Amino acid sequence: MQHLKPARSLALASACVAALWSGAALADPDLTADLVIDGELHIVTRAPSDDIITPNLPERYSGWLFRSEDTRAMEMDDFENPAMIAVEAGADLWTTVDGTAGQSCQDCHGDAEESMRGVRAMMPHVNEDGVLWSMENYVNNCRTERMGAEAWRWSGDEMTSMTSFLSLQSRGMPVAVQIDGPAAPYWEQGREMYYTRYGQLELSCANCHEDSTGQMIRADHLSQGQISGFPTYRLKNAGIVSIHNRFRGCIRDTRAETFAEGSDEFRALELYVASRGMGLGIEGVSVRP
Amino acid sequence: MTDVRPRIRLPRSASAGDSITVKTLINHDMETGQRRNSAGETIPREIIHRFTCEFNGVMVIDVAMEPAISANPYMEFEAVVPESGEFVFTWYDDNGEVYTATEAFEVS
Repeated sequence: MQHLKPARSLALASACVAALWSGAALADPDLTADLVIDGELHIVTRAPSDDIITPNLPERYSGWLFRSEDTRAMEMDDFENPAMIAVEAGADLWTTVDGTAGQSCQDCHGDAEESMRGVRAMMPHVNEDGVLWSMENYVNNCRTERMGAEAWRWSGDEMTSMTSFLSLQSRGMPVAVQIDGPAAPYWEQGREMYYTRYGQLELSCANCHEDSTGQMIRADHLSQGQISGFPTYRLKNAGIVSIHNRFRGCIRDTRAETFAEGSDEFRALELYVASRGMGLGIEGVSVRP
Repeated sequence: MTDVRPRIRLPRSASAGDSITVKTLINHDMETGQRRNSAGETIPREIIHRFTCEFNGVMVIDVAMEPAISANPYMEFEAVVPESGEFVFTWYDDNGEVYTATEAFEVS
């Protein structure tokens, strides 16, 4: 029976290799995990797919499910969640008078907990003039048109603090963006972009986030690219990252010239990507690696 | 940078002699001194280099902090509370500023 030995160890070796590979895949996504903030607020991290928006996804998963246990735990405790620093800064800005009109956000909108509840869940949204606006556009419109203040930079500290604060008012509510009526052409444009290959690497959003969900991209785990968690505190940035900032990062990684934050293209893409997460709970502010 | 604001979390209750978990978080850039700005000049180091916690005047923990510690440093440690009293937390900034926070704690 001696001659069997080499064959057996070879089989063992290949079993080990297989275990390594499947070990990486097993963690993605962890469908047994429940996202509960401070032991109280349950957030939906799995939502049913549908044939219109996400025909190629079996189910919609929050990016939270793809993260390590440590990173997930940080988001489950508001004290440990570093994004709450930005939320607090945003709460201060909400009551700070700025601009020639001598007004703060609160002077018109009152208590954000009431007036801003649900706003994040429906963003981006077509405005009265039929133009698709992100939350940042609405904030800056208030600043320049009503407050007589200067517009904030799209991903500047003030803006990301404000969007973090606003987002928190919708935490736990399901993503519910409008994609029909006046929003339909923007949604179509966004979908077109999602399936268009960009850059020297010729990658579309779908190549990674739809075709390869759950696989590794070098050392990182590919999620579905949901944006229900934004604004997000990225540990590698040690700061808040906006949706458009993240889009830029992805497109840059395809070795393409990226669109600008706040551009028509990114707002359309934001609407489409947001719609792919319909039903998922707003986590903003989330924690990601 | 926005105002530096220390944050403390202690458990709601404990008995005398219990070991409790103390959590602190402070917002700070923790500029390492290794980075350069767009003009190629070194951004000077500015970190919180020391953190201490005292309970009723007794030193609980005294931490020397180094530039590799990430922004918004978070500290979590265990402390035995022999009696009711007051925690005093202190962070020492390279720029000479000292941030303090105090938190009363009642044992049952």
